[in-house]
Amino acid sequence: MTIMETRTKQGDASDGALGGRFSRLDGKLKITGGATYALEHPVEGLAYAVLVQSTIAAGRVVKVDTTKAEAAPGTLLVVTPETDLELKVASDWYGNRPDDQPYHPLPREVAFNGQAIAAVIAETLEQATEAARLVEVTYEETTAVASMDSPNAGEGKLVDQFNIAWGDAEEALAASPLRIEAEYSTPREYHVPIEPHGLTARWDGDRLTIWEPSQWTHGMARSYAELFGLPDENVRLLSPFIGGGFGSKAAVYAYGAVAAAVARRLGRPVKLAVTRPQNFTSYGGRAATRQTLELGANSDGILQAIVHRGASETSTYADFPEQTSAATPLMYAVPNFSSEHRLVPANTVMPGALRAPGKNPSAFGLECAMDELAYAAGVDPVEIRLRNYAEHDPQSGKPWSTRQMREALAAGSEAFGWAKRSFEPRSMRDGRQLIGWGVGCGTFPVLRAASEAMIRLLSDGTVEVVSGAIDMGQGTYTILAQTAAEALGVPVGQIDVRLGDSSLPGATVAGGSMLAGAITGAVHKAATAAREELIGLALNDANSPFRDTGANTLTVTDGRIAVPRGDGPSLTVAELMSATGRDLIETRRNTLPEADQGPEGHKRAWTTMTAIQGPTAGDYSMYSWCAHFVEVRVDEDFGTIRVSRIVSAFDCGRIYNPKLAESQWRGGIIMGIGQALLEEGLVDGRNGRVINNNLGDYLVATNADVPHIEVISVGIPDLNASVLGGKGVGEVGIVGVAPAIANAVFHATGKRVRDLPITLDKLI
Amino acid sequence: MRDFSYSRATSADQARQAAIQSGAMLLAGGTTLLDLAKCGVFEPEAVIDITHLPGFSDIEMDAAGARIGALAKMGEVADHPAIRANFPAVSESLLLAASAQLRNMATVGGNLLQRTRCPYFRDPATFPACNKRSPGSGCSAIGGVTRNHAVLGTSEACIASYPGDLAVALVAFDASVDLGGRTVLADEFFLTPGDRPDRDTVIEPGEMIAGIVIPASPAAKNSTYLKVRDRQSYEFAAASAAVGLELEEDGRTVRDIRVALGGVATKPWRARAVEQALVGKALDAASVEKASRLAMEGAVSHGANRYKIELAPRVVARAILQMGGLA
Ligand SMILES: Cc1cc2nc3c(=O)[nH]c(=O)nc-3n(C[C@H](O)[C@H](O)[C@H](O)COP(=O)(O)OP(=O)(O)OC[C@H]3O[C@@H](n4cnc5c(N)ncnc54)[C@H](O)[C@@H]3O)c2cc1C
Ligand code: SF4
Repeated sequence: MTIMETRTKQGDASDGALGGRFSRLDGKLKITGGATYALEHPVEGLAYAVLVQSTIAAGRVVKVDTTKAEAAPGTLLVVTPETDLELKVASDWYGNRPDDQPYHPLPREVAFNGQAIAAVIAETLEQATEAARLVEVTYEETTAVASMDSPNAGEGKLVDQFNIAWGDAEEALAASPLRIEAEYSTPREYHVPIEPHGLTARWDGDRLTIWEPSQWTHGMARSYAELFGLPDENVRLLSPFIGGGFGSKAAVYAYGAVAAAVARRLGRPVKLAVTRPQNFTSYGGRAATRQTLELGANSDGILQAIVHRGASETSTYADFPEQTSAATPLMYAVPNFSSEHRLVPANTVMPGALRAPGKNPSAFGLECAMDELAYAAGVDPVEIRLRNYAEHDPQSGKPWSTRQMREALAAGSEAFGWAKRSFEPRSMRDGRQLIGWGVGCGTFPVLRAASEAMIRLLSDGTVEVVSGAIDMGQGTYTILAQTAAEALGVPVGQIDVRLGDSSLPGATVAGGSMLAGAITGAVHKAATAAREELIGLALNDANSPFRDTGANTLTVTDGRIAVPRGDGPSLTVAELMSATGRDLIETRRNTLPEADQGPEGHKRAWTTMTAIQGPTAGDYSMYSWCAHFVEVRVDEDFGTIRVSRIVSAFDCGRIYNPKLAESQWRGGIIMGIGQALLEEGLVDGRNGRVINNNLGDYLVATNADVPHIEVISVGIPDLNASVLGGKGVGEVGIVGVAPAIANAVFHATGKRVRDLPITLDKLI
Repeated sequence: MRDFSYSRATSADQARQAAIQSGAMLLAGGTTLLDLAKCGVFEPEAVIDITHLPGFSDIEMDAAGARIGALAKMGEVADHPAIRANFPAVSESLLLAASAQLRNMATVGGNLLQRTRCPYFRDPATFPACNKRSPGSGCSAIGGVTRNHAVLGTSEACIASYPGDLAVALVAFDASVDLGGRTVLADEFFLTPGDRPDRDTVIEPGEMIAGIVIPASPAAKNSTYLKVRDRQSYEFAAASAAVGLELEEDGRTVRDIRVALGGVATKPWRARAVEQALVGKALDAASVEKASRLAMEGAVSHGANRYKIELAPRVVARAILQMGGLA
């Protein structure tokens, strides 16, 4: 990746310069209803598909009686495990693919309750819904493991790659004068994006168009192509707007394969909307976890050893590890460490990535345990974190590229007024309200990937920024306009950004908090090239008024091209284009190294995750960091917890647009409030059904649950982390919130609740 | 969703006539009807829209009390000055219910007739056994996830809680439900499940709620609705209490007290034992807390809902103490 010098105009104004507090370009469209989401895209001649999901947790579909469904008004087609949809297994995220293996998205073997086993396609949504209810399924049930907590779940299988150890942790623990041991657990949690999943699929000959919300247009287009044995370019996936993804919209799931396959079979475009309850099992949420932490310290609270045993729930047919040790080895200096992680298979849909996978539950355990250690040592919880400050990455041994964690703790403490905290639990109250203050820290790795972008300067001076990257609300449209404006020297109002289309230049997945870093780099590179071409045109074209100025370079500022001395002509981009008779300057650039140029390298970079570089791939260890300070008020009679104040300080490197970054942080914090106090998939132990599969019963934080949240940036540009100096912003915000709240609840009540969510029944 | 016919009633008589047909259902705000139709619980053949019936949304107040038309919206009733002044608990019970969007849509008549949030009731495809839905089929909740099920008024057939808030306030203040031909005390309008959990209320086919009548009283005027739940807003009650209090001239002795509970019972639950223990007594924290425990007489828990037995009396006590100026 080339590191380019960034121009240092640091707009604090809302003028659109990079670093400015520029409002979301897509905001108005969204609040006025002008943004067309995937399922709103009008397509002629639609048929509607509705899924039928299993109602048992494990067994076999013996018979599907479709007689009534087929006879129902409007039914066009019923597909079941009997139907060969003629699909092939597609590659996984890493490009691995078994040869020529048939894929049955509606399987005969039932692995979890709520698995799609049939679908009905009809003329209207209502007809398809009713006919789907008339499908009669006979099962042969087998014994299920309802969840990782079921008595028959077992202790699970060790994941070798997550065995992390240095020193002699057991021995050092035994020798430590201060020891704490505790078990922490988190339940199944769900993305619940406000836009549910679904798609419209249309075939034109052997070309397939998919309208589906997507965090990764190129990756998903490839999957669809492989399902049907098509060349990648025959599939076009469009996703200009996304109503929240949080990790759930970066893969093709069974329902997508079904919709596209039945569209081909019927010769008609098909729309499939996954219902809200079906969203809970059509793809996986965050896996349930449990972990035991043993910390050993000297009497000053300086860590001597950490012994950590964690486990997460997975499915019976494929594994997704929610790594409980993702943050444990990084946060604090500790000479002796050992950690293991197990996967416990249960009859559930394969879990998936949900905002800060791994780091989130890992930090919940560690940051609560550090609070417990602080109390065992009689040391202030901020102070204990400083005493154990890691000067370099304890796991890799590499120096941090940048780590403003001390600054985060200091700035957060100061703004929160932490110095006034009394150490004793139950020492602050307001009538019947017990008041508690807690702190929790978080981290998220800097992942790096390449991307591609195209800049088009049109004859009227308009600039188009074009990429297949997506914007799911995090602000890609906006920061790319800012990046292009900055690099080109053109006002942001002159820039149009086109995103969310797999036929556009390639981009990495909007996941792992890496898209902004990746795509701003590509846009900056393409825009700089376009600017050079523009200047070249001005200096060299026979009809250019600059030709005879004798200047050997020109400036482009506020959309005007001029001589640096300021005494020559000054033209707008449009005027120069018209004077020279050019109607287009187009530059397409990517940030791949030379060795990876060419179709194979591009395919690997845009459609797999194999080209992504981890946080310690280079000479440094690179992470974003944060510290959350929380005040809670707990009703001492009712056990109800209200978060009354939050101050969080972040080190995410350079911030391209503080307004958008702050929104991302606040969004993560709000999700963290829900995780700490409300969110929990309730599983019926008898049949593995998630019974609160709707937004009335699966509770996320409402506005009333969210206090004023003050966020502070303490980051400095980190040019190892990305071309323009930013580190990941999107996920780190949620990491550390739940433990900060749990620690505040302890401070308020004197009671440790180690299993999320902390509901009132656990406190009364 | 099964196809159904839709008609808009132009008179109450016509609506009642139409509603007598089997498979017919009245449509008010639709926030329960549509929801349960989507879940496959309601399968109306004919939907009779009563929202355009003239005169059924009026809110009237005189010295005797208030009369609220069945079609008045939850939000309108909550904000009505006469209701707020004379029946704070009624207004608060509505404001603390559902969400602003739902309150703008939903009617008070429909609100009384909302069905339980028992998740097993709402998922017929997965849980065929539910006595409330299909009598005699069994109860899937018993032995399942029961955190929000009732601890009072349950039977072997059904332990589902009545989820609504408004009805709790109505029961506390001796309101009655005007069914056109007859008027029934709210307390008697709702039924405990016994061996007929399919019957939530005494309403008969062909009957329609015309309105709600709430008698004025000093206790109703000095009242509150306290709703406790994990989420600050937009959640059903873990436990709630409607309390009204009238004190003697001495400012301490209880002349009249009304207590009803929500979120813990199979119907809105009047706690007369608490009232009787406090009437004529001087109000103090210890006696209020002791009396409030009487609200749980006969309570039975099923697994995860045990906490309600501890929580509900605390909610009652806090509400009484608040009204008595002691909290
Ligand atoms: C997510 C969610 C959260 C909620 N939270 C709460 C809460 O916290 N507290 C609370 O109290 N409620 C809550 N509710 C319930 C809500 O208040 C009710 O759905 C609403 O009040 C029903 O009124 P409606 O006019 O929409 O009824 P409809 O859906 O139109 O009708 C409901 C039922 O009553 C019948 N009906 C309607 N009007 C009459 C009439 N005049 N005579 C005879 N029969 C009639 C209908 O046939 C139907 O069976 C919630 C609902 C949802 C969906
Ligand atoms: S508690 Fe009542 S509503 Fe719930 S499943 Fe049992 S019978 Fe049905």
